[in-house]
Amino acid sequence: MSNQQSHLLEVKNLTMRFGGLTAINDLSLGIEGGKITSIIGPNGAGKTTFFNCLTGFYKPTTGSVQMNHPEHGALLLEKMPSHLVARKASVVRTFQNIRLFPNMTVLENLIVAQHNALQKASHFSLAGLLGLASYRQASEAAMEKAEMWLTRLKLRDIANMPTGNLSYGTQRRVEIARALCVDPLLICLDEPAAGLNPRESAELNDLLLYLTREHHKGVMLIEHDMNVVMKVSDHICVLNFGNKIAEGTPEQIQNNPEVIKAYLGEEEIEDTTEEEAA
Amino acid sequence: MTTFQARTHTVTLTERLKDATNVALIAILLGIPMIGLHTVDAGGKLMVATRWPWLLAFVATMFFGRLALQFAIDQFKLKRLTRQRTRTLEVATPRPWLKWLGYGLLGFSLVLPIAFSDNRYVVDTATTVLIYVMLGWGLNVVVGLAGLLDLGYVAFYAVGAYSYALLSTQFGWNFWETLPVAGALAALFGILLGWPTLRLRGDYLAIVTLGFGEIIRVILINWTEFSGGPNGIGSIERPSFFGLPFKPDSDDGATFASFFGLEYASEHRVIFLYYLILVLALLTNLFIARLRKLPVGLAWEAVREDEVACKALGMNVTNVKLSAFAIGAMLGGFAGVFFAARQGFISPESFVFSESATILAIVVLGGMGSQFGVVIAASLLVILPELGRDFSEYRMLLFGAAMILIMVWKPGGLISRREPSKVLAGVEK
Ligand SMILES: Nc1ncnc2c1ncn2[C@@H]1O[C@H](COP(=O)(O)OP(=O)(O)OP(=O)(O)O)[C@@H](O)[C@H]1O
Ligand SMILES: [Mg+2]
Repeated sequence: MSNQQSHLLEVKNLTMRFGGLTAINDLSLGIEGGKITSIIGPNGAGKTTFFNCLTGFYKPTTGSVQMNHPEHGALLLEKMPSHLVARKASVVRTFQNIRLFPNMTVLENLIVAQHNALQKASHFSLAGLLGLASYRQASEAAMEKAEMWLTRLKLRDIANMPTGNLSYGTQRRVEIARALCVDPLLICLDEPAAGLNPRESAELNDLLLYLTREHHKGVMLIEHDMNVVMKVSDHICVLNFGNKIAEGTPEQIQNNPEVIKAYLGEEEIEDTTEEEAA
Repeated sequence: MTTFQARTHTVTLTERLKDATNVALIAILLGIPMIGLHTVDAGGKLMVATRWPWLLAFVATMFFGRLALQFAIDQFKLKRLTRQRTRTLEVATPRPWLKWLGYGLLGFSLVLPIAFSDNRYVVDTATTVLIYVMLGWGLNVVVGLAGLLDLGYVAFYAVGAYSYALLSTQFGWNFWETLPVAGALAALFGILLGWPTLRLRGDYLAIVTLGFGEIIRVILINWTEFSGGPNGIGSIERPSFFGLPFKPDSDDGATFASFFGLEYASEHRVIFLYYLILVLALLTNLFIARLRKLPVGLAWEAVREDEVACKALGMNVTNVKLSAFAIGAMLGGFAGVFFAARQGFISPESFVFSESATILAIVVLGGMGSQFGVVIAASLLVILPELGRDFSEYRMLLFGAAMILIMVWKPGGLISRREPSKVLAGVEK
């Protein structure tokens, strides 16, 4: 942990309890902008819960999550409703169990993501109803942005198809494209490689690197696919039963005995739970 | 995913038997006082007699009836599920004939009063159809687009109607002056209803909105000083043709007939009212079609599809829902103003729950979100019972059967295809 100001997102002593279950225990972590930070850990480790705490869907029991926003200054995400986390703090997430608007087309999904900018330009629909030039310009800009990401993610050909009919891998790409249309500074991807074939997951690697290197976006990645994690991550944080058991570069993590134990020693894991429960 | 699994989850026989046993137990509890015991007149004295065999038969009927019913429902659900799955997967094909049918219908609606100028009944019925079309389009914003199940829509219709009735009888406002005020009032009531129900969904929302509709009606019945109570409000001023009233010639001022040098006929007003609601309905249609392409319209549909995803994209779901409630209520209010102006008399009896149910039926039958579907459904729902008048008391039965048949034949409504509101040019649909 170097200079704190350099971190885009600063998580301090975050704890999330559900009744007696501690899903995240006293987690502190710094996320840098323009880098890929992966959160890994066995099933039920608390990874998705961590995302839910960052993005306002859960209110953490204790601890703070501070976003150092270049325009809006320091924002405490745990105090913000989820829509403001995306809108003001520019932290946008995708979901482990894909959440698209199934009856709407791919393009419409991407336009909905630009709702706030468009709604403002339409002056709460008045300028839009009258068809004023200011609104038309904003609307065209939104279409252009959508088309840009559609092209980049190879979705252009299916832009007018309802998303509910698409294959799993394609739906994942649409969800990422949609999140990118919000112009996030930090994009949190919950298992984006799940259900992808090897070619698709290689493309995902390229995309993640492109986002950080070319667009300087911060990426947080929850992923079980070690091919993705070890290849692209700048930094990895390992969770096990809500505790951070290791943190470091991919090499450091691969050689960390604690991590190997957590992933391979299933029986030992069960022992630790019992110890913790006691 | 979870709901999907819950629906396909096959129910085991033991679960079914348990369920039927529960029903049988309830049947015993209810059956003992209602069937098991009965009073007989024994020479001036009232005696309690028992009839256990009857009770046994009743409980057995309940038990096996429940089993059979559940089995039938399961089969039906299973069928519908497979059909739904194939339906979402079918690739949408453009249907130009639908568009032409729409234009044809518009042309027909324009010439209808001329073609039937000697038949007041037809024009009157067509006016009623158009009121329901307008109400259907208004409710469609809330239910079809935003996906918020509203069972109390008639409340906003009532707000509009009473606004006009009171403002015109008490303060002498005319139709056009009242229209925007009544719309705004109804929108305000829409927000008033929307605010406390924001967190509710589906069934829960339906129950609260149902209650809201009833509250408005009960207030109208009981607050006699304000609304005239059950007697309603009469002699409401009828709309005039840009200041020219539809009256027999008289000494005070020009009337519609005298101004145009026509012979006075009561049909003039009927035809005028028809065109008035036609214009209001067409404006409503344009307004909604326009809104649907604007950010707010897309947001309504997005909220219907997935509220959580909307929040994650930075959308203020509260505002989106409230705007749907407000716009829907406003359109209902406009229809209410017209209704009061047409009838000249209103009372709480016009705003009962069955009215809400009819409007909702129009939306569901038409195909949620489809403007054109609403027109067809409204026509069916108004004209079918009219045609069935010869069947007197059976007509509602026939009407119900027709509705069920349509829903079995087209579970997604008559027009279930959704036209995208944004299209990327040069890419196939
Ligand atoms: N809303 C909730 N209420 C109660 N318990 C919850 C809730 N959300 C998560 N949990 C519990 O918190 C723990 C962590 O769950 P989480 O979904 O964060 O795991 P995960 O690391 O994302 O696992 P996976 O790799 O399977 O996605 C689990 O034991 C889960 O049951
Ligand atoms: Mg998870």
